[in-house]
Amino acid sequence: MNSAALTLSEPNRSSLSAWVYLHPRSVLLLLLIPPLLWLGVVYLGSLFNLLAYSVFGLDEFTGQITHELSLNNFIELTRAANLDVILRTTLMALMVTLGCVIIAFPIAYYMARYTKGKVRALFYLGIMLPLWSSYLVRVYAWKLILAKEGIIGWLAQTLHLDWLLQGILSLPVIGGPSLSFSPIGTFVVFVYIWLPFMILPIQAAIERIPRSFFEASMDLGASSWQTFRTVTLPLAIPGIAAGSIFTFSLTLGDYIIPGIIGNSTMYMGQVVYLQQGTAGNVPFAAAFSLVPIVVIGVYLALAKRMGAFDAL
Amino acid sequence: MHSETQINSHELNNSPVLQRSPDKKSSPRALTLAASAGLLFLHLPMWIIFLYAFTTEQKSYQFPPPGLTLQWFAKAWAREDVWRALELSLQVALLSTLIAMVLGTLAAMALSRSRFFGRDVFSMLLVLPIALPGIITGLALRASYGTFDIPFSFWTIVIGHATFCIVVVYNNAVARLRRSSVNLLEASMDLGATNFQTFRYVVLPNLGTALLAGGMLAFALSFDEVIVTTFTAGQQTTLPIWMYQELIRPRDRPVTNVVAMVVVLITTLPILGAYYLTKDADSADGTGK
Repeated sequence: MNSAALTLSEPNRSSLSAWVYLHPRSVLLLLLIPPLLWLGVVYLGSLFNLLAYSVFGLDEFTGQITHELSLNNFIELTRAANLDVILRTTLMALMVTLGCVIIAFPIAYYMARYTKGKVRALFYLGIMLPLWSSYLVRVYAWKLILAKEGIIGWLAQTLHLDWLLQGILSLPVIGGPSLSFSPIGTFVVFVYIWLPFMILPIQAAIERIPRSFFEASMDLGASSWQTFRTVTLPLAIPGIAAGSIFTFSLTLGDYIIPGIIGNSTMYMGQVVYLQQGTAGNVPFAAAFSLVPIVVIGVYLALAKRMGAFDAL
Repeated sequence: MHSETQINSHELNNSPVLQRSPDKKSSPRALTLAASAGLLFLHLPMWIIFLYAFTTEQKSYQFPPPGLTLQWFAKAWAREDVWRALELSLQVALLSTLIAMVLGTLAAMALSRSRFFGRDVFSMLLVLPIALPGIITGLALRASYGTFDIPFSFWTIVIGHATFCIVVVYNNAVARLRRSSVNLLEASMDLGATNFQTFRYVVLPNLGTALLAGGMLAFALSFDEVIVTTFTAGQQTTLPIWMYQELIRPRDRPVTNVVAMVVVLITTLPILGAYYLTKDADSADGTGK
């Protein structure tokens, strides 16, 4: 496009150029149209289509989708079994978020305040790599680690801590036959996979705190702990909130991790996946997929109150 | 005002206070320990994949491996289905990245300097495909393919991937555009360049590395995407879908281990590339997934 423009004859070229200069709004529109068509029509259109599906039904005899409006799918959602799934998934998302904060904070704090140059670059890469790559492979790695005959089991045996592992696995609700078939395993893998999403925003938030704040706090006689509690932590909250949006939202919709690591209890993503696949009930799957959106919406409203979006 | 802050920061840097502050000394031992442990937690599992690609054990995930062998590489090399899946994944990732680069750049150029009605809505629309769980994007696209009787094909996968890749390119491009000075453009125009010459010789070279970096990240993201793909692929098998099937019903663990290692390598290289392309200009870019 550019080379063609450059080879145009002189008057043409300057008039076209002048037109571009004189019509910034038209140029803006031309720039906007392609991405707007893609996202606005293809993507947003699909989302609205999904919304429409959620009020359709399924003919019980033919298995065909009936295009009659009804709220049956949403009534179905309030059944005990489905509410159970929604509650369990939300609880898991909250626990995972908490777990991520606890592990991410020291890394982010150390990175923001004690690293520079080469070491900091290493930290960045160390967090970027797992953030962008190999989601499935990293889940698979935990299958190897958590399996009965895998590394954790081997470690427990070698260190004569078998009794501890067995004790943890025999806990009600969160235990199971082995770590890779227990909710503990599901939790660990969720935390592991979403951890980078939590580290980066916290790190950015801490980095933005002027050094003079820490000095002032120390000069005024605060202990390290007081400085942390009254200066660092409140100023890091927006970063924590920003990171938690990712960990929370991603956990709510994931169906791969609980399918590979965990017992047979269902999470929201799995129900949606099974309903549209095996059961062929796209309308109910559509209605169910709106639940994570609503939960995320509530969560976002809460996060906004905490000032999460200032850190984005 | 401006010079005042400069003097201030200058003084701070040389002040004895700062040299005594904990920042300049070594960090508390517990913190160093927690940070290193966290980083190890993030990375050790990836290295374990590499170890398992060489194990002689093929029925279980036994640790430590009873022996090491190279035979699984030959076995994986001979697998037709793996090659076909790899080929499909590469094609999808390349095309999705190209589409995302065009659309992401256009969006970045439109949003970087101008204010217009609905600007915030548009920028939210860009982020939505990765902010919402992949299952929603996937199901929405699948439902729409159903509505319009579009059969599953190579293109149905590409549409899904390109949608969530746009924001990756956009993020990189818009950060660079915001950082580059308007003065450069004005100087170019003042010196008599047309808009197109300015774009070709000033904007594009400046934007180039950011675009390339965004493209590489988009490629890595698309190459191992599985959640949206399961909804838009029909019977086709990309490499992540091949792996997912193996994880649900393990048939050939040794070959799966080798494939897992290859996937890590193929996605790591572009991420490293993207990092080195942007580290001088804007070290924190591309992190806002």
